Amino acid sequence: MSVLIFIENWDGKFKKISFELASYGSKVAEMLRTDPVALTIGNVAPGEVDRIGKYGIGRVINIQNNAIHSFDSQLYSFLIDHVARKEKATVVLFSNNNTGKSLAPRVSVRLHAGLGAGVNQLPSGLEPFIVHKKVFSGNAFAQVMIKSPVKVLTLAQNSFDLIENPKEVVMESLPMPAFEQGIKTEVLETQKQTGKILLTDAEIVISGGRGMKSSANWGPLVELADLLGAATACSRPVSDEGWRPHEEHTGQTGKIIAPNLYIAVGISGATQHLAGVSSSKYIVAINTDKDAPIFSAAQYGIIGDAGKILPKLVEEVRQVKGK
Amino acid sequence: MKILVCLSHVPDTTTRVKFADQNTKLDSTGIQWVINPWDELSLTRALELKDDPSCGIDKVTVAHVGLAATEPTIRKALAIGADDAIRINAAPADAYYVAAQLATVIKNDPYDIILCGIESSDYNGSAVGGMLAEFLNLPSISSVSSVAIQNGKVIVNREIDGGKEVVVAPGPFIAIVQKGIAREPRIAAMRGIMMARTKPLKVVEPIDCEPLTEWLSYDLPKPRAACKFVDPENPGQLIGLLQNEAKII
Repeated sequence: MSVLIFIENWDGKFKKISFELASYGSKVAEMLRTDPVALTIGNVAPGEVDRIGKYGIGRVINIQNNAIHSFDSQLYSFLIDHVARKEKATVVLFSNNNTGKSLAPRVSVRLHAGLGAGVNQLPSGLEPFIVHKKVFSGNAFAQVMIKSPVKVLTLAQNSFDLIENPKEVVMESLPMPAFEQGIKTEVLETQKQTGKILLTDAEIVISGGRGMKSSANWGPLVELADLLGAATACSRPVSDEGWRPHEEHTGQTGKIIAPNLYIAVGISGATQHLAGVSSSKYIVAINTDKDAPIFSAAQYGIIGDAGKILPKLVEEVRQVKGK
Repeated sequence: MKILVCLSHVPDTTTRVKFADQNTKLDSTGIQWVINPWDELSLTRALELKDDPSCGIDKVTVAHVGLAATEPTIRKALAIGADDAIRINAAPADAYYVAAQLATVIKNDPYDIILCGIESSDYNGSAVGGMLAEFLNLPSISSVSSVAIQNGKVIVNREIDGGKEVVVAPGPFIAIVQKGIAREPRIAAMRGIMMARTKPLKVVEPIDCEPLTEWLSYDLPKPRAACKFVDPENPGQLIGLLQNEAKII
């Protein structure tokens, strides 16, 4: 038996969501009295594997092959299935991000394993196996029983704290098993955002809505974000108007994020917007309308105009940070 | 080429959900049911492709797993412009069950492009598209934000964490789509609503399939503590609270 943890490889490096997953996986393995084992595909930078060991993982399996040059969900699911069977995994874990969402359902069918998607805490029972997850876009939660012998789970981002439990890591290279059907998708072009903090990775997010009044007023918001090491986001009307790029839209149909701090500036907080940000640990709202629904989701609020408040916040943060 | 759009039927996204029978099931009183927002955008894009003769799309079909009560949602898709519809006559027990039903129908009558929304706004599983692809042994491309057809080749953009990729899928495949795929959902015109009544809606009986999960109970989020207001004349106080009280900056 084992708990298999899929660790996403970002050009040889691992990210915080994978450390959250490793922490979660070691705890699940402890509950099941078995061992966690991590799987990562492709070249790994020296020292990176030790970073996984810090969160309770003693074994990492690595598959490398020149045939794996782009992300193909069929190939990756085939490889994960292969390792899961070899390791007799009873639980297979993914992060609930783009990659995890594309692999977990495929692996679930291959292993005839029930899927718990977007779980946000440790299983509340083992026999039967019960997980807790968000439903109705954050308006409710559900307890879901997984009835199959093997379970596949995806872990909601920023829902599980890192738990340090350093282990000496052994990395095993596994030869690539023959993938007879071949890769059917072809990646023509990859564009990566560089230099900016990714919205989905950010611990602090500052988001502007219609109350910002025009794209020309974003200066102080971006400045505040830079000072706090935050990513910038926006509400749907803002991206629809073209004031900010679509990639910044957070909300039900845009990006679903769960930072530690979400600062909503000039955003009224419609249900669809809150669906994308309600898992944030803290929400701060700045709005001229004291009855705006965003204030009932927020822990801290300022009733006032963004144009006046933001520059004062920038000034304060500068002083505090001594910049 | 033929396109299939998989539809899920969900409560309107502004619904304040409530639960019944000791929080073991959704209380559907007063709920307005709609086409899942991502599926509605998929359908819109499928119809845009069909409208462009250079894309060579002959037919757009919608498929749905649901009991007879969901037919108004399917008729709405026909009114928006789908050519025909398939309803698999079963309550959608879980994602595995739904994908297995859809797979059976598609095996008997294959499509060139299958579009599935990235998630449904009710159970937020993000699972049916990928599971369906695995049942059919087809390639799947997830987080797709555009689908175009150029010289008979289907080209999609997929979002990756921190960027975008342009991907080609030769042959039949499943696109699991998200925001960006179409600008605004297409709305049914009066003529479409009239025509929808006579468009073919085939009802298929389900195959035997054991769901792998069971929904036991629901709970509502704990109400957040009341918002603490900072004097707008002195917004700098906020930074102090975030530093010393919340300890997050």
